[in-house]
Amino acid sequence: MWNLLQIELYKISKRPRTYIAFAAISAIVFIFQFAFKADGESYMNLMMQSVQDSFELNKTKAINGYFMCYIILNTLLVQVPVLVALIAGDAISGEANMGTLRLLITRPVSRTQLLMAKFIASFVFTVVLLLWMALMALVLSMLIFGVDDMLIFRVKGEESQIMQITADDVLWRYTAAFGYAAVALTVIASIALFLSIYAENSIGPIVATVCIVIVCTVISNINVPVIDRNVKPWLFTSYLVGWKGFFYIATNADGEPIKGSLENWPAIRNSLYILFAHIGVLLGLSTYVFNRKDILS
Amino acid sequence: MQPIIEVNHLSKHYPGIQAVNDLSFTVLEGDVYGFLGQNGAGKSTTIRMLLTLIRPTSGTIRMFGMDVHTHRREVLSHTGAVIERPDLYKYLSAYDNLNLFAKMNGIRMSRQLLMERLDYVGLAARWDSKASTFSQGMKQRLGIAVALVHDPKLILLDEPTNGLDPQGIADMRNLITRLSRDMGKTVLVSSHLLHEIEQVATRMIIIDKGRKVTEGAVAELLSPAHTLVTIETNNNPVAGTLIREKTKASVLTVDADEIRVQMDKSDIPSLVSLLVGAGINIASVQPRHSLEDYFLSLTNSGKHVEPAAD
Repeated sequence: MWNLLQIELYKISKRPRTYIAFAAISAIVFIFQFAFKADGESYMNLMMQSVQDSFELNKTKAINGYFMCYIILNTLLVQVPVLVALIAGDAISGEANMGTLRLLITRPVSRTQLLMAKFIASFVFTVVLLLWMALMALVLSMLIFGVDDMLIFRVKGEESQIMQITADDVLWRYTAAFGYAAVALTVIASIALFLSIYAENSIGPIVATVCIVIVCTVISNINVPVIDRNVKPWLFTSYLVGWKGFFYIATNADGEPIKGSLENWPAIRNSLYILFAHIGVLLGLSTYVFNRKDILS
Repeated sequence: MQPIIEVNHLSKHYPGIQAVNDLSFTVLEGDVYGFLGQNGAGKSTTIRMLLTLIRPTSGTIRMFGMDVHTHRREVLSHTGAVIERPDLYKYLSAYDNLNLFAKMNGIRMSRQLLMERLDYVGLAARWDSKASTFSQGMKQRLGIAVALVHDPKLILLDEPTNGLDPQGIADMRNLITRLSRDMGKTVLVSSHLLHEIEQVATRMIIIDKGRKVTEGAVAELLSPAHTLVTIETNNNPVAGTLIREKTKASVLTVDADEIRVQMDKSDIPSLVSLLVGAGINIASVQPRHSLEDYFLSLTNSGKHVEPAAD
């Protein structure tokens, strides 16, 4: 199994398309960092409009590395599913297209092992991509913008809210958030891998995965009670942005943030359960289908 | 000789298509076994079933004395294959492709050994070139090197000469001969072009529409005792009936243009005498030796000649 995984990772590393994802992430991060370095104050003014009266703020201190990473992740984690689908959606269909799938399957390894190697390779790719994001969006921003207390702008119901997290209470939250994002993106990888079994070119499953994410995201954002109750809780897209939960800090009776606390850990935990359930079901289905599939490519 | 492949009553049914129909055959150790049929006859489907790429609808396949589905890994570890186009990882070099498939077989090979293998198929000089830059013939040879990387006892080649130029076809023929003669491999090679198989195969099967037409030793199927003879007369229906009733020849087809029979070549003079004696004028009598003609006569007539010994 380790041998198969090494082979799959080797193949991913040798394909030029793998590096598109890293280049895209770097480009987006650079643009953000450049824009905020050049004119971060205007952005802060805009964000502060709704709460300006009630909150005094040192704007230059507020734009720091931790804050930057949060802003970048807000944008980037919406786009990354496409990059993950690019690799996982190609995992089997790309081999079918090249004619190598039949070669792989006629080697003395089981189809289940082969599928698992491809799944784990997609997972490793996702994690490496997130590590790259952490390096670019967090570490590089920390170097460029420095480190200070972190401000979180949050729209909660009708009102806007600002939360402050002290500088020494941030890094563990990012570690947890990246971990959560890895789980959420692995759901995307599982969908793409599942669809990849059915196709003989990689465009189909990649586009189909992106379409599924778009449709489900739209459903997750519709505010109709019947969907709120019956559909949204089971839809993975309702939990893709759940990483933000690690930055929602609990407050005491006086409204002071409590260091090291989370506002709603059970909600995050339940989100993770549902995401893991998605991965499990998709992998089970993939294994079932792949083992019974006639390889005609 | 020990049987390497034993196929019994194998069928594969797709909605609306009977791709393979109650097919049985045996490949013995050391055979170069020709698997012949026109395009769409069911050759690829059968080879894919041997390799567990496709599940049979019914029937059994035993290879090396083991059921391929219950002993998949053991069977496949003794088997190498090139199926249709030998497409490899285009973005990898010849060397990296070979190395990758060695690892897929759980084998670590030294650089020297890998280079030797590339040399065997004439690719040592291009070891570092990406597969995407290779000609069809070079890809085919690299495909063979990949199929041989784990030193299998059995090699399945599905239409290995497809898309090759005359030189590539000649190289492939030499390679198949070397595999069998020098390395003692059992080879199953499929083709729709019989003259190619005629030159390399020791035994063969002809299939049509998923069914067996005939099976046997190539030398025997091509012997004078099985010569295909085309006869043109001024009254083909009467001549056909006469031949059928008065000679040992087997009549394959009778139509307005010609009669096609399979017969012992030495019986031709007596057949001519018989027809002339019956007042029939003969325009021509042409014995044909080629397997191609034999194949076409069998598959076009729609007849299924089951061999005496199965």
